[in-house]
Amino acid sequence: MADPIHQFELKPIFKLGRIGNTELVFTNSALYMLAAVAVIVLLTIFATRRGSLVPGRLQAMAEMSYEFVANTVRSSAGEEGMRFMPLVFSLFMFILILNLFGMVPYGFTVTSHIIITFALAAVVIGTVIVYGLMKHGTHFFGLFVPSGVPAWLLPLMVAIEVISFVSRPISLSVRLFANMLAGHIALKIFAGFVATLLTAGFWSILAPLPLALTVALTALEVLVAVLQAYVFATLTSIYLNDALHPGH
Amino acid sequence: MDPVAAKYIGAGLACLGMAGAGIGLGNLFGQFLSGSLRNPSAAEGQRGTLLLGFALTEALGIFSLLIALLLLFAV
Repeated sequence: MADPIHQFELKPIFKLGRIGNTELVFTNSALYMLAAVAVIVLLTIFATRRGSLVPGRLQAMAEMSYEFVANTVRSSAGEEGMRFMPLVFSLFMFILILNLFGMVPYGFTVTSHIIITFALAAVVIGTVIVYGLMKHGTHFFGLFVPSGVPAWLLPLMVAIEVISFVSRPISLSVRLFANMLAGHIALKIFAGFVATLLTAGFWSILAPLPLALTVALTALEVLVAVLQAYVFATLTSIYLNDALHPGH
Repeated sequence: MDPVAAKYIGAGLACLGMAGAGIGLGNLFGQFLSGSLRNPSAAEGQRGTLLLGFALTEALGIFSLLIALLLLFAV
């Protein structure tokens, strides 16, 4: 059976130079990220170039995705949270397009590498900490002190709140990365079953079964690709809400 | 124990964690269905919450599947 990990391999395209002992290489991952940014930029520029009252197909698509993210931000971070709308919208579109690129056969899934998703999660948590400290100063640490808790329980609750805050970037990045990695490996394994069954003589009549399952799994993976981008955007706005209103 | 055998046993044990995700997803959709049959007019507005809960629950099952796959192919 073909190795299902092979699809996540980074392939160097050309070398850019070196810093110390580390080589700077332009990889297929970087190429896909640039392509995703190009798609998003071209889509939004062309869609909004001629803003008409009755939107065309492209304009309707751009307006719908904007409204969708705006509603998400508004419902979890309030009207004040709309100042982070550009950040959340960029993150949502970037992850969505990269996830969908991964569903193209022979495509490369950038979000299946934890260093990429962790960098995205670090941007979100960094924004929360920096903005929270800038806006509220030391009141930001009120986030870790729940109100209405008896004094003898308070040290334990503060410890739990700190642990839950520190584990946020980890769970945010691992959720996206694990979903993409496990989904694509499962697809490859079921596709491998088809190839193995076809060489099995009489039992090759069973080969359409894993093939049908592969088709169903592909549909599920497209759903997961969109859902994970939505979940990332929702959790980002929930965490940003903490920076805006740190009191419990 | 033979390390290769231990690897495969570990991968099988790691998959047991997906039982929890199965229970959670069944609970999630069952509760949504019972709620939406009682009040069908309110169900449409909660579809986003349902999908969010689906993705968050599903992720925990995926974590244990990830451990199994890493044991099988990466270790």
